[in-house]
This record gives sequence, C-alpha cells and structure tokens, in this order.
Amino acid sequence: MIRLLAQAWAIAAKDLLLEFRSRTAFLSALVFTALVLAIFNFARDPTAVSAVDLAPGILWITFSFAGMLGLNRAFGLERENHALDGLLLSPASRTALYVGKTLANLVFVGAVEAIALPLFALFFDVPLWPVLGPLVLVIALATLGFVAVGTLMSSMAVNTRFAELMLPVLLLPFLVTPVIGAVQATARIFAHRPFGELASWLKLLAAYDITFVVLCTLIFEFTLEE
Amino acid sequence: MTAIPSYERKLRRSGWWMAAALVLVAGVYVRALAFTPEEATQGLAQKIFYVHAPSAWVAFLAFGVVGVCSLVYLFVKDPRLDLLAASSAEVGTVFTTVVLVTGPIWGKVIWGTWWSWDARLTLTLFLWFIYLAYLVLRTAVEEPGRRARYSAVLGILGALLVPFIHVSVYLFRTLHPMPVVLRPGKPELPGTMLVTTLVSFVVFTCFYFALLARRYAWARLVDARAQSEGEHADAS
Amino acid sequence: MAASASGAAPALEVAGLSKRFGHVRALRAVDFELEAGESLAVFGPNGAGKTTLLRVLAGLLKPDDGTVRFGGELLVRGNAEHRRRVGLISHHSLLYDGLTAAENLVFYARLYSVPGPRAAAARALVGVGLEERAADAVGTFSRGMIQRLAIARALLHDPEVMLLDEPFSGLDQAAAATLRQLLGRLRAERRTMVLVTHNIDEGLELATHVAIQVSGRFVSLGPREGDLAAYRTRYAAATARHD
Repeated sequence: MIRLLAQAWAIAAKDLLLEFRSRTAFLSALVFTALVLAIFNFARDPTAVSAVDLAPGILWITFSFAGMLGLNRAFGLERENHALDGLLLSPASRTALYVGKTLANLVFVGAVEAIALPLFALFFDVPLWPVLGPLVLVIALATLGFVAVGTLMSSMAVNTRFAELMLPVLLLPFLVTPVIGAVQATARIFAHRPFGELASWLKLLAAYDITFVVLCTLIFEFTLEE
Repeated sequence: MTAIPSYERKLRRSGWWMAAALVLVAGVYVRALAFTPEEATQGLAQKIFYVHAPSAWVAFLAFGVVGVCSLVYLFVKDPRLDLLAASSAEVGTVFTTVVLVTGPIWGKVIWGTWWSWDARLTLTLFLWFIYLAYLVLRTAVEEPGRRARYSAVLGILGALLVPFIHVSVYLFRTLHPMPVVLRPGKPELPGTMLVTTLVSFVVFTCFYFALLARRYAWARLVDARAQSEGEHADAS
Repeated sequence: MAASASGAAPALEVAGLSKRFGHVRALRAVDFELEAGESLAVFGPNGAGKTTLLRVLAGLLKPDDGTVRFGGELLVRGNAEHRRRVGLISHHSLLYDGLTAAENLVFYARLYSVPGPRAAAARALVGVGLEERAADAVGTFSRGMIQRLAIARALLHDPEVMLLDEPFSGLDQAAAATLRQLLGRLRAERRTMVLVTHNIDEGLELATHVAIQVSGRFVSLGPREGDLAAYRTRYAAATARHD
C-alpha cells in the first residue's frame, strides 16, 4: 500500500513537474475559463434575469468544460516517445498509475478553479468571502467525482482517433449528478440558506464520489492490459 | 473452428423467432386498439401508452444485459459476451428511441408541449446518451480486443450511472415542480387495460429477446467470416 | 542450447508462445531457451511478430498460449516482481522530453523502488557517459545521446534479462559504435539478451544464438555459426519462401 502510494506520488509529481515547466496547458485552460465566463455575460439579458439566479449554473458549466480540457492532457503526456510503455514496464501497479494521474488532474483542475473563482465573483458580482467554506466543500466534492471518472475515460479516449470529441461524449452523461448536485448546493449557498438544506445535495455528491472513485480505481487496469 | 454454415443456420432459425415475436406484437395491438376500452380523460391518445411503457422497460432491460455481459466479460474474456453486449446495446438504443419519440407525441397531445423534462423521460434521454456513447466508442476503436475491453468498462460504469441519474433528476424535479402536474402513466388501471398492459410488457420482452438473438446470430456470423478470412490469409 | 552444466533452470525459457490480435496471428508457438549471459538475435521482416515477442517477454502483453520462465519461475501476468527482472530498450526512448536527464532517471528509479534514487541516477549517467548533460532537458539531446540515456534507464534496476527492439535504428556510425560497446559490456556482465531487428547487419556479432522469424513463427533457430554472409543468404532464402 505504501509502495503504491509512493509510486502514485512519483507519477503525479512527474506530471506536475512537466506541466509546471511548459505551462502551456495550464495557461490555455485559464484563458479558456476566463473567456467562457466573459461570454456568459452576453448570454443573458441583465434586465430580465439577475446575475445571482444564473450564477451557479454559469459557474459549473464553466468548470465542467475547463475541466474536460485539462483531462486529456494526463494521458496525452505519455504519448510522446511511447512513455506509457515505460510506465507499464515498471513494477508500478496499474492502480498506482490511475491514482497518480487522478491526483495530478485534481491539482491541475483545482488550480484552474481556484483562479477562476475570484474572476467569477468579479464578473457576476457574487460575494464569495462569507460563504467560502461551504462553497469550497461543494467544489471539492463535485470536482473529485468528475475528475475520477474523467481520468478513466481519458485513458480510453486518448487511444481513439478524435480524442477531444470522444472524451466529452463519454464523460458528459457522468456529469449529470455532479452538476445537478453542485448547482443546487451552490445556489443555496449563494442564497445564504441554512446548512440543513444543503445536506441532501452533499449526500448525493458524496455517494457519487465514493461509488465512482472506488469503481474507477478497480476497473482502470482493464483499460490498459492487452 | 466451427464451420460457417452452422452460424448461417442459427441466423435462419432466429428469423423464425422474430416472425413469431412480430405476430405477438401485432396481436397485442389488435387487442389494445380494438378490445381495450378508451381511457376517460385522454381518449385515443392514451393507447400510445401500450407502446411507450413496454419500450421503456425493454430499454432499461437491454442496458441491464449490457451491464451484466460487460461485467462477466472482464473476468472471463469470452469475445461472445462482447458481441452479445454490443447486440443488446443496438437493440436497446432502438427501443430507447421509440420511448423518446412516443413520449413527446403523447405529451403534445395530452399536455400541449413536446418536451417537459418529465423525470422519467429525462432519465430515458440520458440512457439514450449513454447508449450512443457506447456505440460511438465501439466505432472509434479498431482492434477487437481493446474494443471489447473499453466497451465493457463503459457498460459497467453506465449501468451504475443510471440509478444515480434517476435519483438526481428525481431530487431536482421534486424541488422544482413543473407547471404541468398531471402525469399520465400509473393511474389505477381497470381490468382489461391492466391485462393489455401486462400482455404488452410480456410481448415486448419476447420481441426484445427475438431481436437480440437475431442481431447476435448475425454478429457471430460476421465474426466467423472475418476469422476464416484471416486464417486463409495466414496459411500462405 | 546445451543444458546448463549445473542443472539449474535456464535464465530465460519460452515454450509454445502464441498471440493473436483479432484475426492476425502475431506469434505462433515460439520456443527457445537461453542460459545466463547468452544472447539471442531474432531477425525478421516487418510484421514478423518480433516486437510482439518482446512485448510478451517484457510483460506488456498477455500471450494467448504458452509460458515464459525466468530462472525457472513462471511469468505471471500482472506480477510486478517479474517486471523488475526485465529491461527494455526500444527505438522509442520512453523518456520525457520536458524533463532533464537526471529527472527522467530519478523518476524511473522511484518507479522501480531503487534505493537511493538520486545516487543511482547519477551512477547510471556516468555509466553511459552523460554526466555532463545531467541537468539538460532530454528534448535537446541528439538521437545517439537519447539512446544512451534509454540504456541508462533500462539498467537502473539491474535487470537480469535485457530486451532490445531495433536498438540501432536511426543511429549514425558513431552512435552505433557506442551502442555496440555498451551492449558488449552487458554481455560481459552475464545479462541475458534478446535483440530483434529487421537489419541482419546489426547485432549479429553480439549474438550467441540466432533465430529467423517470419509470420509469427521461428523458421530457424540455433547457435551462431558461420559469418554475416552466410546468414544473409539464409535470411534471404527464408523470407523469399514466405512471400
């Protein structure tokens, strides 16, 4: 178990080191997120609908799309020089590979979300500071489920001809639960509802996370063996 | 290697089951239209229910078959399970489409709107998307072994996703009551209507298995032909 | 391949290995045995199944039939301990262009749980003469330097069996000479090697045994006898027959 975590950590660290060096993917994801948030401003009539009503939906659609852009990177990194073979040749278990890639993806997507959030607050005039605690909890739960399934799907999509199209087709149905849960919870958080009203949505997100993190961890090796 | 003719025989035999199932389907519709009373509030339009409901049942049954075959495939690696899962996915997609077509038609007649995000129809919509993802994934992977593994992974994940979508949509809907509250579907069904409903469910299930058997037999035949071609090429 | 004098199990033993992809049979009942320090050169045209053979030996592919044993121990799919005993050098470097030479090696050392990864990486770099370039990104390396670094990577965990997939492809004269030197050292260290290539001019002198593979099958297998010209003739004959 320790060895598995050590190997997973080595893989995640290597991925993050490569990302930090080149920065292209991260900056592109940031620019994309900022643009999407800005364009959403024109997608509504400010006199008819207040920003606060649409804000949760806008936030989560933006996070979902930016997240999907980031997910294909993880296994794309291993395509150059057939580096994936190097990983598969090593004694590192396939599970360690999945955990490592998921960790790296969580950091990547989390970093994009962390920068996008203040921007979102700025564009849509939503005061975040008083509700930051519960909001971060919801973001963490939803992102975990989405990244766990997305990492698995991207390991398959990367081997198909139109990976950038294939990943959304595979992944979007799996976003229904995290998005519904996150948007409903976020809406109540922005409306300063009591924590009790969040409970069922948080439970939904948690149940989804537990089910799919466990399932994806167990099933991942089948996407690699030949 | 079994000779090709045995696969061709199985395909022909499955044709007879299909014919029998189609006769049953025709029979149940004669019953539904001529021998079952019209429903009080909805009139003739309610007859769509006898297509809509059993199709929905089959749509989910078919994905259950996909899920089970996928799970067993990952342990046993028998390519026939992969062919069976793929056949069930194709047949299931057709039935899901029927649900998504009959639903709005019924809705338009009864409620005046084509689509109202009714909880069950929404779930069926996402089942349809999962089916499509499964079929698209299969077209995108060339190598048969990898295609089978990827399909199996998606089949298992999809099967587990369906209950989550159901709960999510249900929770969403109960907090956002849609303007139209009337939900045709499970009013108390008087005698003959109940019988027709049950019969239609049974008949559609038979229809599903007949279609599945035929599609699967065809898939085995195609596979056997490709295999023998490969072996003739190899033998040189 | 004489049985070992002491009666110990051969270093590498392959029996009845078969593998098909869909309807293509890439490997057909391949058998051979190697003692420690022996090396097998497998020649064959493209599509003969040479790479498939190596990938099965490396534990990357599961064979449909047949067994592979290392020193008598059966190779079991998914067994990490087996992968620890094998090193692979391919014509792909399996390295990350964005990382430095040292970072690449430290990463692999960690994956293989080599104790003292940094020190092991430094030693490996010295062993292939790349210590000057330790802090340079692999993307800046020449093909020959990449191949040397790939060898360093493959040796980090001190494997008893080395697999080489077209290692000379793309190398110029100087780089090929360096590679031959390094491989000679591996032989002297009594590592067992299997080298596959479609170019009969490369690797023949390093081999103690030679096989010719066509359409998934070994059509010829035996200790190396005769010179390059003799093998060229045999190879041409074997590949012509199966056209």
